Amino acid sequence: MSPMKTHTWPEFIVERNDDRCIRCQVCVNQCTFDVHSYDAGLDELFAVDMNCVGCQRCQVFCPTNALTIRTNPTQSRPNANWRLENLFDVKKQAESGGIVLTGMGNDKPFRIYWDHLVLNASQVTNPSIDPLREPMELRTYLGRKPDRVVFQRDGEGQGEGHGSPVVPIQNMTPLVAIETPLMFSAMSYGAISYNTQHALMRAAQAFGTMANTGEGGWPREFRQYKENVIVQVASGRFGVDLEYLNDARFVEIKVGQGAKPGIGGHLPGEKVTLDVSRTRMIPEGSDAISPAPHHDIYSIEDLGMLIHALKEATRYEKPVAVKIAAVHNVSAIASGIVRAGADIVVIDGLRGGTGAAPKVIRDNVGIPIELALAQVDQRLRKEGIRHQASLVVAGGFRSSGDVIKAIALGADAVYIGTAAFVAIGCTLCQKCYTGKCAWGITSNRPEVVKRLNPDHAAERLENLLRAWSREIKEMLGGMGINSVESLRGNRLHLRAVGLEQWEMDALGVKGAGL
Amino acid sequence: MAPWSYATPGAYAMAGPTNPVRMEQGRGIVDASGIYYRQLNEQLRQLVKHGIREIEIINCYGQRYLGTSIPGDYQLKVYGTPGNDLGFAMDGPTIEVFGNAQDGLGNTMNDGEIIVHGHAGDALAMSMRGGKLWVRDSVGYRCGIHMKEYGDKVPQVVIGGTCQDFFGEYMSGGTVILLGLGLAEGEKYKADFIGTGMHGGRIFVRGHVDPAQVGKEVGLTEPEPEEQEQIGAAVRRYAELFGGDAAEILKRPFVKLYPKSLRPYGRLYAY
Repeated sequence: MSPMKTHTWPEFIVERNDDRCIRCQVCVNQCTFDVHSYDAGLDELFAVDMNCVGCQRCQVFCPTNALTIRTNPTQSRPNANWRLENLFDVKKQAESGGIVLTGMGNDKPFRIYWDHLVLNASQVTNPSIDPLREPMELRTYLGRKPDRVVFQRDGEGQGEGHGSPVVPIQNMTPLVAIETPLMFSAMSYGAISYNTQHALMRAAQAFGTMANTGEGGWPREFRQYKENVIVQVASGRFGVDLEYLNDARFVEIKVGQGAKPGIGGHLPGEKVTLDVSRTRMIPEGSDAISPAPHHDIYSIEDLGMLIHALKEATRYEKPVAVKIAAVHNVSAIASGIVRAGADIVVIDGLRGGTGAAPKVIRDNVGIPIELALAQVDQRLRKEGIRHQASLVVAGGFRSSGDVIKAIALGADAVYIGTAAFVAIGCTLCQKCYTGKCAWGITSNRPEVVKRLNPDHAAERLENLLRAWSREIKEMLGGMGINSVESLRGNRLHLRAVGLEQWEMDALGVKGAGL
Repeated sequence: MAPWSYATPGAYAMAGPTNPVRMEQGRGIVDASGIYYRQLNEQLRQLVKHGIREIEIINCYGQRYLGTSIPGDYQLKVYGTPGNDLGFAMDGPTIEVFGNAQDGLGNTMNDGEIIVHGHAGDALAMSMRGGKLWVRDSVGYRCGIHMKEYGDKVPQVVIGGTCQDFFGEYMSGGTVILLGLGLAEGEKYKADFIGTGMHGGRIFVRGHVDPAQVGKEVGLTEPEPEEQEQIGAAVRRYAELFGGDAAEILKRPFVKLYPKSLRPYGRLYAY
């Protein structure tokens, strides 16, 4: 059958100011979607608008600012029900019969609760603290805290006693310290480029926090960052062996992901290059399929079995985390996860990013992280088991303001993925799944990967961590608090603006002014 | 006080009761009765660390994860019934079980060999990447699920009896040989959805397989001559381990199940 004529039209218009254009062809070389071309005979540049995804790579790199990429102003007949996106998705499906894929997080206008929460600040009484002059503690310890700590004097019972040091006699659980409550989310090599993973690990090491390998294995060369790396065990078990588990600081079992709760992942065969195949330990060119469930987990008891298998494999020296998507009844599920023996519970919300997900799943499944976090924290506290696990949340954190509100709602730390990508060039064009990322972030085509210089990218990431950490300190100081630990779950520092009563109840916060 | 929890009582208690190890002609003999798996594995680790290469566990009563965190080249004989996830992420040793194995045998196993003189449960060889499994009798559901191979690491599983549904599901590498001993000539395996989602590896089944019993991603054919040799070698080793007449077993022909595509879901999406 001959290719079908598409009934869609360009989403973006490429405008070139010919007075400014110097025919340098940077746009031609930079575009990975085959939009720009140069005709030497005519000495003219042409653009195929239909191919443009709006990633802005050409506009940013045009030395004379001759390019403007605009959203196509062409409208279908105005219709409050059928938006242009709906029309285009239906047309694409009529032309292919396939599931519509997308990348990055949910872009639909669900309520963003961070924008309806405001923070407190000290005035007159309990004065604010100036973080420029006084120490502010952002260090966070992740892992299971013991029920109680029992001390005895060193040498007790041997006739000594007074003056000898006091030491804990209980075996402490393994904890991992991070210098700021920010970590880089799980993003797998294969889904992201080699240089992106390198930059994330390098920045995590430089700042004393963690980067997560995702489920795609861990290249040998990056084991040098092992003090700052979390490894993931997902249903595909790619690259998982004793060395992988034992090299990491902690191990995360991935059950679910906010962008695609309830479904697995397919890394298409064309993205499984020689290097990716080596790291994942599967043949080159074969699909890397992560089934939706782990086939050894059908219950909380089974999850407990995998948690303890991993603890046994790492000799109880590393915390084990379990990551789930925020869904209905998330608090009951989280309680089960803690009781199954997890040391860290990770919850990924409705707006969490992805390299590839069916759009219908990304845009319709799961609940906002704010509500999930607040409910899980309250439930674990009520059951008296909050100390048994740290709570890490993920899913579309855009600023340090979102992060500090999450901590006040009960989070120990926050995973950032999308923000990290934006820091190194991403413009959220949502085309990660094509493998063509012009910014070299999610592509594994060698000529594109090298666009992302790991040194420069690591510097940008480190700067982002530093900037957000400074802002968190400023806000903490303003509240008269000198340690992030003192804010955790401290909802009295939050008030709601413009929310319904049920929403404030779910979040556990009062309305502003009360 | 919090209600029931896996985590609070035993999991972090380091010191628990253990039974003394008995040494007999260089072999370490551990009596597992009344011991938690964590202590048992710690005892094994200490023995291996001290250079003991032959270890026997007697009175094994469901202790999990045996051989998990102790890589190396040693022989472990287990008398009794080991628990789930025997050989999880195992890397090197040879384990021989005189009894039945439970679920998750050889889960995510990397290297080594496990021989079971009895039956094994569900999800055997899940995500197994290397090494060999030998099961004298039958196995449960979803065995061989998502097995892998990479380079010269090709896992091999040989099962003497029969299997349940979803055998070799999502298989992406490795070799599985199912002998069906005990089935009459032409008698069907009571298993459906064999090889559903298969996109790599190979399954050899002795006797009859109906096309309706296999996943839609699976093709049926005759094994190639060199594959016949591989099957022959495996059957001879099986007979060596568990008894039986290899030549007699090999008289009944084998069917090869193979993935029709390395990319079963390539056309699933719209770009």
